[in-house]
Amino acid sequence: MSALLALDLDEATAADEPQPGAKDVLHGSILYLEGITVSFDGFRALDDLSLYIERGELRCIIGPNGAGKSTMMDVITGKTRPDLGSAIFDRNTDLLNLSEPEIAAAGIGRKFQKPTVFEQLPVFVNLELAMRANKGVWATLFARLSGEQRDRIDAVLHTIGLIENRDLHAGALSHGQKQWLEIGMLLMQEPRLMLVDEPVAGMTHQETERTAELLVSLAGERSVVVVEHDMEFVRSIARRVTVLHEGRVLAEGSMDTVQNDPKVIEVYLGA
Amino acid sequence: MLAALRERYPLADVIVLGALAALVIAVPILNLVVPTDSPLHISTFTVTLLGKYLCYATLALSVDLVWGYCGILTLGHGAFFALGGYAMGMYLMRQIGDRGVYGNPLLPDFMVFLNWPELPWYWWGFSSFPFAMAMVVAVPGLLALVFGWFAFRSRVTGVYLSIITQALTYALLLAFFRNEMGFGGNNGLTDFKDILGFNLQADGTRVALFVVTAIVLALSYVGCRAICASRYGRVVVAIRDAEDRARFLGYRVENFKLWIFVASAIVAGIAGALYVPQVGIINPSEFAPLSSIELVIWVAIGGRSSLYGAIAGALLVNYAKTQFTSFMPEAWLFVLGAMFVLGTLFLPNGIVGLGRRWAK
Ligand SMILES: Nc1ncnc2c1ncn2[C@@H]1O[C@H](COP(=O)(O)OP(=O)(O)OP(=O)(O)O)[C@@H](O)[C@H]1O
Ligand SMILES: [Mg+2]
Repeated sequence: MSALLALDLDEATAADEPQPGAKDVLHGSILYLEGITVSFDGFRALDDLSLYIERGELRCIIGPNGAGKSTMMDVITGKTRPDLGSAIFDRNTDLLNLSEPEIAAAGIGRKFQKPTVFEQLPVFVNLELAMRANKGVWATLFARLSGEQRDRIDAVLHTIGLIENRDLHAGALSHGQKQWLEIGMLLMQEPRLMLVDEPVAGMTHQETERTAELLVSLAGERSVVVVEHDMEFVRSIARRVTVLHEGRVLAEGSMDTVQNDPKVIEVYLGA
Repeated sequence: MLAALRERYPLADVIVLGALAALVIAVPILNLVVPTDSPLHISTFTVTLLGKYLCYATLALSVDLVWGYCGILTLGHGAFFALGGYAMGMYLMRQIGDRGVYGNPLLPDFMVFLNWPELPWYWWGFSSFPFAMAMVVAVPGLLALVFGWFAFRSRVTGVYLSIITQALTYALLLAFFRNEMGFGGNNGLTDFKDILGFNLQADGTRVALFVVTAIVLALSYVGCRAICASRYGRVVVAIRDAEDRARFLGYRVENFKLWIFVASAIVAGIAGALYVPQVGIINPSEFAPLSSIELVIWVAIGGRSSLYGAIAGALLVNYAKTQFTSFMPEAWLFVLGAMFVLGTLFLPNGIVGLGRRWAK
């Protein structure tokens, strides 16, 4: 039932916002989650969740604490295995059969809710390790940075505003800067799908605005899924919003549609 | 110019390698050339003691590689050291030939004593030095490979991993105690006569063993440093700091842990192999869980994840141990415990951390 609802919504938005391939929902999707159920000791963190992300889309996911947003990202990135359901990336990659590194190599990058960077390593090295490259044991043992790669890292350092801190240990950065560094690491990975969990928590107003700009600029070329509690931020970037509640999709559509949905008002925005 | 040089050749590395080079040159001269009655003369006893310390330093280096850099608190590294030692000991036993107490040309004394009819298959080949040296590397390496493969694949971490490394060395301790195992049981392997045909009691052989030990320590240091400075080494540190993050960046964490563990076990095995001809015995007590814990204390006191800290810790603690055990042997464990507690409380980065703070 929820799958049908989601399909309807997809078509509805596809009509007012034409995108290449959006008509054929399954084939235009970069990510296809169907009937995902995750239980922790009998408690259903995700309950028959279905979600489709289009190629190049920027999707915001909102929902009250404990709605299952992070758990959904855990499922997509291989950290948590669902009890039921299927997760297909890019038409034919079955994510449920892959390990975390394989999923990363397939082109899915993730920013954690709690900023996680390599605190004891310099900012520059954090980005170097994130860089898309052969990540095998031998390859890394003999890896040398080319001039081109150095330039790319420097370019990302500029983008995330940490060029001055390139040799500083990441542990010495402020909370907001760590968020930025993690976003930078995501950029270095060049994933086709980015999952960004609460990117602006702990950021100043200005930093938040810059993050919004960055994420908007990334969409199109890449697909981006953003989980955020900051409604102003969501409003500023979202074209489509999915509301999760108790492990299910409660509503989906434009920010206005969603905000006026009585179910949503009841469980979330009205609270 | 100076800054570039400093970056290329960090002071600590220069000091470590310089000190080892100085020892390699000075010790042979002071022992073999300087006359015995000169105050500058170093006795052969001291040479061997120094050699033993350097073996411990090499072992500490291997512990730092996995604990300091990869965050795997191994409490069983003594096992790899002992296995390397046994491989060398087996070669040395074969070198005895028919000069044993029983004069049996085919079997070591303890096998004659146990009425064994023939040499067990796993002793075959140990009369050959190259074969024995290959085993010094292969046996600890393979054990680490198999152990690590299971442990890291099933994502055992933290305290649980430490406990199973203790269990590993304890199991080996019990096994090697058994006479039926064919490694001399309780007594281990001893009464060695010579190595590569050179008399082990001769001053020249002792000095040569010392020199080889110092060179091996230097090479291990350079090797470990190279590993840590490579991108591989950075990934290892990254895994220590945020394992999940490393996984989601596409690194197969278990492989990175596995290979650093194997490399470290090999270094430990080589240290054990150099230790045995100098102390003249290898027995199951080297597998004692307590000795493996001691190694970690050396590294903690010296200072983790710097490599030179591990060397400093091993030298300092063992020097203190030699001093203490000569006049108050029963107090040593308390002193060691106190050093550990005070060290972790007041010197979280060990003595090298203190040095770095002074330098600033
Ligand atoms: N490993 C786990 N074991 C048991 N329960 C878990 C586990 N992970 C998540 N949960 C539970 O699943 C539910 C969903 O958690 P999740 O972290 O996905 O929520 P969220 O939507 O990201 O919330 P928040 O906005 O607070 O980050 C919560 O009730 C949480 O307590
Ligand atoms: Mg969350």
